[in-house]
Amino acid sequence: MKTSVNDTSTSRPAWTPETALINTLHKRRGGYGPEKPTFWTKLGSAFAMFRNGKSIAGLSILGFFVLVAIFADVLAPYSPTAIDNTARFQPPSAAHWLGTTHIGEDVLSQVIHGTRGVIVVGFLAAIIATTIAIIVGVISGYVRGWRSEGLSALTNVFLVIPGLPLIIIVASMFDDPPLILIAAVLGVIGWAWGARVLRAQTMSLRNRDFIQAARANGEPLHRIILVEMLPNLMALIAASFVGTVTAAILGLTTLSYIGVIPVTTYNWGTILNWAGAQGAFRQDQWWWYMPPGLCIAAIGVALSLINFGIDEYVNPRLRSAGERARAMKKKGLNVNDTVTAVRPATTASASASLTTENS
Amino acid sequence: MTAIQPQPFTDDSDSVDADTTPTNAVKGHSRIPWRFLGGRALFYLFTLWAAITINFFLPRMMKGDAVTQYLARNRNVTPEAAEALRSLLGLDTDKTLLQQYVEYLGLLLRGDLGVSLLHGLRPVTEVISQSLPWTLGLVGFATLISFAIGTIGGAIVGWRRGSKLDALIPITTFLSTIPYFWLGLLAIALFSVNLGWFPIGKAYGVGISPELSFEFIGQVIHHGTLPALTIVIASLGGWMLGMRNMMLTVLDEDYVMVAQAKGMPNNRVLWRYAARNAVLPQIQSFALSIGFIVGGTIVMEVVFSYPGLGKLLLDATNAKDYALMQGVFLVITLSVLLANVLADIAYAFLDPRTRQTED
Repeated sequence: MKTSVNDTSTSRPAWTPETALINTLHKRRGGYGPEKPTFWTKLGSAFAMFRNGKSIAGLSILGFFVLVAIFADVLAPYSPTAIDNTARFQPPSAAHWLGTTHIGEDVLSQVIHGTRGVIVVGFLAAIIATTIAIIVGVISGYVRGWRSEGLSALTNVFLVIPGLPLIIIVASMFDDPPLILIAAVLGVIGWAWGARVLRAQTMSLRNRDFIQAARANGEPLHRIILVEMLPNLMALIAASFVGTVTAAILGLTTLSYIGVIPVTTYNWGTILNWAGAQGAFRQDQWWWYMPPGLCIAAIGVALSLINFGIDEYVNPRLRSAGERARAMKKKGLNVNDTVTAVRPATTASASASLTTENS
Repeated sequence: MTAIQPQPFTDDSDSVDADTTPTNAVKGHSRIPWRFLGGRALFYLFTLWAAITINFFLPRMMKGDAVTQYLARNRNVTPEAAEALRSLLGLDTDKTLLQQYVEYLGLLLRGDLGVSLLHGLRPVTEVISQSLPWTLGLVGFATLISFAIGTIGGAIVGWRRGSKLDALIPITTFLSTIPYFWLGLLAIALFSVNLGWFPIGKAYGVGISPELSFEFIGQVIHHGTLPALTIVIASLGGWMLGMRNMMLTVLDEDYVMVAQAKGMPNNRVLWRYAARNAVLPQIQSFALSIGFIVGGTIVMEVVFSYPGLGKLLLDATNAKDYALMQGVFLVITLSVLLANVLADIAYAFLDPRTRQTED
């Protein structure tokens, strides 16, 4: 898509000038410049795409779930598999905040423990996928000829082959697939989109002046790619990472729900699988099936908020268009009449139709 | 800039089509983009081969072959019959892998996908041809509707940037981050169980056979409405966001400004100038995301127990009916490829730039 190939150099927010990152690297090397960058300013400029309201909001929600996953043992009031035959199908109460299941398990504890599987698989799959995407995408964008075309064709094959049916078949080959294996399969199937986006951007960067200069200086290839190019690809890498986390989480919960992944490893999809199998949806036991689904949706919203932020950083038109239009509206102007706005609306449209007739 | 850097491969590609260029140039605008279509055809053949090869290796990577699984379920099968089954399924172990592969390709060419153990040794092609129309009809229809509404809606939201319509974007995005299967389950719980507006699952009612009558067609529409609606709701957000983002980028272009300066009616600028250009990447991402869509809707069939390919695949997976699994995966991949070809042809005729690469 065009947004992804968009020129990053013209689209940086005012507080991070285009050369900020490259400058810091030069300064470290050459030792000139007015102020010496600290580790923190460098870190800050590397993660500039997250410095906006939407991304921060998304990261906060995501951080909350990560904390829940880490401290699941402390937070959960009960063991997720503790059976209590005296409290079956109970609606939310003081003892069980989110009610109980068909054998008296505490739903809240299950949801808290389920977070772990979701977060671990989501991030592992995304790390695997992003690593493959960076390697394949940057190489196929930088080299030319048949190697570039071949890698691009490989990427497209992985994009076109329907992933979920393939995962269903692969997962069914194992009796009890461990979480790492599921993450690996999800990652291997989900890298193609990121590689495609990175390839397009690398191809556009390859011909920029600063890369040409680096090449003319005789910098080695690995230095050109790691030091000159990668910082300029960070926003897209982050976006594809976030996208893969979303896809992996949706994939994991879906597979767990339809029962391809055995129910021994707890995650939100497994809870829904049990709820579906025990007829919670037909008997209106909303406390059982609503929380896991809402959690998946919440994490999905968090991740798309982060991606909205990155998108607007990469392509400022997405942000400025709305702001500009609202500002014009305040002055009583219509954004789609930019040209004729100097006169009152009626005469403007009259003269507009006049000019059409003349031409 | 291009003069500095070596471009060893551009000469190659020029010489390939050098002889076709003059004739094409004479024909002018009506010529067909042969080179573009040829490149795509090559890519699809490669993808087809990759899918078939994956399909060939999948059952051979499994622990225990299909016949062992079949014997575990049916005790009174003689060893001779088991051996006969094995050779019937092409699982003889006394042949090399290459021989098996060639044989497999030969069988595929003759349209022989083997027999399904789950469906009483009926040919896989017959079993699949019963389910395929249901999936194609429901998923194809819902996807086209969703694409059309999303693209048109996105164009309008992008045009009226800064207005209250902007709120549609976060709403539809939220709906698309909800997992498909959960949305479907909620819809069943609300509309089928509580309100009783729609039947629970299946493609048509009990005690009615497929025939060309008003009653049957009415039943199909009644049963299909809820699945189709949930697919549309879940996938609308992606199309709308993509189109709106593209519109914001395109609306800043000079030719839109010129069109407005000429005093063209807003409707014409919106649909003929801005939307027409913004829709091109949309079609490309449509082609690339068909695989994802098909994967997602497979789950929908499981949720609504709709008698389509997705349900067939899952049943085959649970019963370890490898021939049927392979067949379904192949058919799904083929349909995705076919949809891609159609989207590509549409793109080639809509975007004049693909024709320009001929020169």
